[in-house]
Amino acid sequence: MPVHREIDIVAARREGRALASLLGFSSTEATLVATAISELARNIVLYAKQGEIVLGLLNDGNRRGVVVVARDEGPGIPDIPWAVADGRSTSGGLGLGLPGVRRLMDEFHIASEVGKGTTVVVKKWKR
Amino acid sequence: MLVPILKQRDYLIATIQAALTDEDLRLLRDGLVEQVGRYRSRGVIVDLTALDVMDSFAARTMRDLAHMTRFRGAEMVIVGIQPEVAFSMVQLGLTLEGVSTALDLEEGLAYLDRRGKAKRPGKSSMTAR
Repeated sequence: MPVHREIDIVAARREGRALASLLGFSSTEATLVATAISELARNIVLYAKQGEIVLGLLNDGNRRGVVVVARDEGPGIPDIPWAVADGRSTSGGLGLGLPGVRRLMDEFHIASEVGKGTTVVVKKWKR
Repeated sequence: MLVPILKQRDYLIATIQAALTDEDLRLLRDGLVEQVGRYRSRGVIVDLTALDVMDSFAARTMRDLAHMTRFRGAEMVIVGIQPEVAFSMVQLGLTLEGVSTALDLEEGLAYLDRRGKAKRPGKSSMTAR
């Protein structure tokens, strides 16, 4: 899903919730996924102006889950350890909210290059 | 989706009907702050029962709205935050500092009524003189 306007944030998180529900995620788990997507999509709109959110299904034989890829070709993040460091609150609305996204999901991967863009991959497994 | 704002007694009640975009949230904030003056309201209730996700922007907007409402001389209370939304907020690290909350609309009205009584001079033990 392309993400460049605010309305895309709502569309992306709605799709994420629908996919999670389809997999049999509880309402709480689906809300965690939808909230993470909302934050990731907002980062794209705020910092990169445009990018995309890709949703996928996971199956490792024992478990099923949802993977969310948030990709942009924006300015990139110069200091990734700082950006994902825990202990900073997102409540000020400043910062990228990445520590929060990491707490919402089971797995969190980030790759970013200044001037090239950022890709965040997060996964949530069904309990 | 525009959020309808209902006037009841001295209060304004805004009930979210569906997922809100950032622009919807800004319009809600600005509409409520303006209408507090137009209707000389003493209290504002924002009912978030139907809210799908409280992310960092929504939380900040609610906090701003609560403070702006107070600057305008009215009290605001948020009601109806669902269990799964509350759980996500905690995981994400969101707080609603300085914002009053109540379980549902009924509790929200009761809260505002109590606050209203407490504010009236000479009638309450809460003024502590």
